[in-house]
Amino acid sequence: MNDVVEAVEGANAEALARMLAGDPVLVDVVGAGEAIPALGEKVIGHAGPPVAWREMCGPMRGAVAGIAVFEGWARDLADAEQRAAAGDFTFRPNHDFDAVGPMTGMTTRSQPLLVVENRAFGNRAYCTINEGLGKVMRFGGNDGEVLARLAWLRTRLGPALGAALRDQGGIPLKGLVARGLTMGDEMHQRNVGCTGLLLRALAPALARTCPDREALAEILAFIAGNDQFFLNVAMVMGKAIMDPVRNIDGASVVTAMCRNGTDFAIRVSGTGDDWFTAPVEMPEGLYFPGFTAADANPDMGDSTIVETVGLGGFAMAAAPAVAGFVGAGSASEAALTTRAMSEITVGHNPEWTIPALDYLGVPSGIDIRRVLETGLAPTINTGIAHREPGIGQVGAGVVRAPMACFADAARALGHRLGVS
Amino acid sequence: MSVTENRVRPGVFIDSVALMRISRDIAALPGIEDAALMMGTPANLEILADAGLLAEAGAAALGGDLILAVRARDRAAAEAALAAAAECLAAPGGSSVGDAGAGWQPRTLRGAVDTLPGANLALISVPGDFAAAEAWKALRLGLHVMIFSDNVAIEDERALKQAGRERGRLVMGPDCGTAIIAGTPLAFANEVPRGDVGIIGASGTGIQEVSCLVARAGGGVSHAIGVGGRDFSSEIGGIATHMAIDALDNDPATREIVLISKPPAAELLPALVARIAASEKRFTLCLLDAAPIALPENARQVATLAEAAGRPPAFDAAAQAPKPGPGRRGARGLFCGGTLAGEAGILFRRAGRDDAMIDLGADERTRGRPHPMIDPAPRDELLAGALADGDLAVVLLDLILGHGAHGDPAGGIAAALAAASADRPHVVASVTGTDRDPQSHAATTARLAAAGVLLAPSNAQAAELALACLAAGDD
Repeated sequence: MNDVVEAVEGANAEALARMLAGDPVLVDVVGAGEAIPALGEKVIGHAGPPVAWREMCGPMRGAVAGIAVFEGWARDLADAEQRAAAGDFTFRPNHDFDAVGPMTGMTTRSQPLLVVENRAFGNRAYCTINEGLGKVMRFGGNDGEVLARLAWLRTRLGPALGAALRDQGGIPLKGLVARGLTMGDEMHQRNVGCTGLLLRALAPALARTCPDREALAEILAFIAGNDQFFLNVAMVMGKAIMDPVRNIDGASVVTAMCRNGTDFAIRVSGTGDDWFTAPVEMPEGLYFPGFTAADANPDMGDSTIVETVGLGGFAMAAAPAVAGFVGAGSASEAALTTRAMSEITVGHNPEWTIPALDYLGVPSGIDIRRVLETGLAPTINTGIAHREPGIGQVGAGVVRAPMACFADAARALGHRLGVS
Repeated sequence: MSVTENRVRPGVFIDSVALMRISRDIAALPGIEDAALMMGTPANLEILADAGLLAEAGAAALGGDLILAVRARDRAAAEAALAAAAECLAAPGGSSVGDAGAGWQPRTLRGAVDTLPGANLALISVPGDFAAAEAWKALRLGLHVMIFSDNVAIEDERALKQAGRERGRLVMGPDCGTAIIAGTPLAFANEVPRGDVGIIGASGTGIQEVSCLVARAGGGVSHAIGVGGRDFSSEIGGIATHMAIDALDNDPATREIVLISKPPAAELLPALVARIAASEKRFTLCLLDAAPIALPENARQVATLAEAAGRPPAFDAAAQAPKPGPGRRGARGLFCGGTLAGEAGILFRRAGRDDAMIDLGADERTRGRPHPMIDPAPRDELLAGALADGDLAVVLLDLILGHGAHGDPAGGIAAALAAASADRPHVVASVTGTDRDPQSHAATTARLAAAGVLLAPSNAQAAELALACLAAGDD
């Protein structure tokens, strides 16, 4: 038994070492069909583990209908829903394509994707560009305004960002995130600092490569006007860091957490590509004017990859402004959240430190054994979508990962290690 | 000629305040003239150059790169300082217990060690089924372990103690109720001053009795180490006892070592005797009910805990013993401390008597309820029954004070005596404790004396007083 424990500890040390060695660089923006050839005609990448149309929640259905119209696979939203119900579309988790997507996570062939390369391991990961706040596709919005913005991202912003990134040889993200942590970001609910830092890093190359001054002004205003612009960058960075951690024999470290609005799922390094799922929970949070918890959809999105690398809820102590979403909402309570998450991780990230905790590194490498031992489920900072299709974001809050995923994963890992 | 060394970490950003704190510590290392950790911005490169800290490697750094720069007396000092800086960077927030983390209650041993990085001992008090697993975690964290829990399998105890020995970590217990490490009482233990007597005990109440007697005689205890009741069995082989002897033998503050145990398994005696002979310190062995053992000159064997603590307090049992009432011939002991019950039983048998010395803390009596040291109510009930028993000449009690014990163990006894008729057996008791204990030895004995209890200064002498009462009735 002790041999098994030593083996798991060794495998987890390797997992954490790979996480910490990761060198994520935002290198490009490319069309999804080019980056991911498998994203062909009528193939729709979505957030979370596999889900069929009939099981999809309201906002996910709304987003599917909207993206089908956007891609020209349906005349209108009603037609799109009929086609979806008839099995016209192939639904695949984004994670199947080295990709992640926020909330509904719609990823289809004509959308521009952020590309992050992990230069320590050579792998690449992908994510769509953040659309802004309010009525947006990731929260299930699908009207003309939403689709027009997606078209602008496709024709204007995506190509311009790609050109700027190629021009300057990419933007290393690890140091940028370290700096964002000292500016009060936790990279899930709050990305004000990092968005500013990214814009600062991008602006000279954008100015150099964007020939049209009006277009440039529009692009700069769009990024500057969206405090969450960096969220999608943080997500794709997380995916690029975590993918090399997959498939280490015996490792009990979580390599991905995600939800599709119906189920929550985790992947664990030592159990390959199996998803361990459980019904997703309802976030507790604060609501925009005119909305209440009764309007809320259950938790959704691939954005929990941010917590998987030690940010988001795990870095709560760095972001006192986000603390309002946690219970009483004091800064000291935010610190306690980070300390609690330290109990369930393999270690800390010495390059991503939190000044308020005397430069403690963010807790990194979620160990399913420790989750079960302590009964402390990962704390996740999240946006809240309306439960009906087409409405969009109604609030933000905090949600816990369901324990059943971790228990199932531990059983499976134990079985592989011959200790079941 | 001084040496300037730079290291560059590409793409590593650390907040400047954190870097300045590390820089200050590195600059204070031996042989270091100056040191700085800075991000490689143009302005910082200029500062480093002006300070004579910039070497070729650093000069090539970019704004997003971290530079570690030292100027040292020689290369060795520079390398040592850079290594120290790397260590600081690998574990930032070394004292991770900032104010912002205050109020955090760790959920795991590992979390506790993170919160209190200097800690080197874990006290494990969980249901027995889980105790071994927690003890393994503690050992893996490099901690010494005190296992308060009982009902741990002897195979687990052996494996844990063997692993602890390999790692140089003491495993105390299981069922280790008492320890005092460097003046800190753990679990059931008393406030005793520090001194030169080291105690090793297989029994919690035995350690408490000896440490309190040492303290009340004006002495003090360096360390009291519990080893668990099975340590000197054939299966365990005295692993913890030998490690404890080694520790106390190497401890300059310890002059004398007292070992309290049941008689060791016969095959373990030669190694114990040899180990004692190899020491220059004085040993006192209190091996309850053991036949005399041939010991080296630096060791003596005693029969009672009171003798183990040194010279027993002056006490003339025969002179203090009242006659029992007419027709009263029996005796009954109602004990909270197992070793104290055992000690009384030995003395009674040596006097040719076989009266019941009941250990109310025995496993079969405490299943599903607190130990009588914590909740003396069960004993108070039995005492009321004994006081109404027309055959009994004397009832013998122990009271154990200190941390973990009931706040007022004398209260129930006084109440039972107040409710009893005038025609009752004598009640004889001793109080294990010190005046610095929360319950206070002086206050407790005064209360008992006022209630009509006959008091002896030690458990053994209380047994002698009870025997003297019985003998007075035979006259």
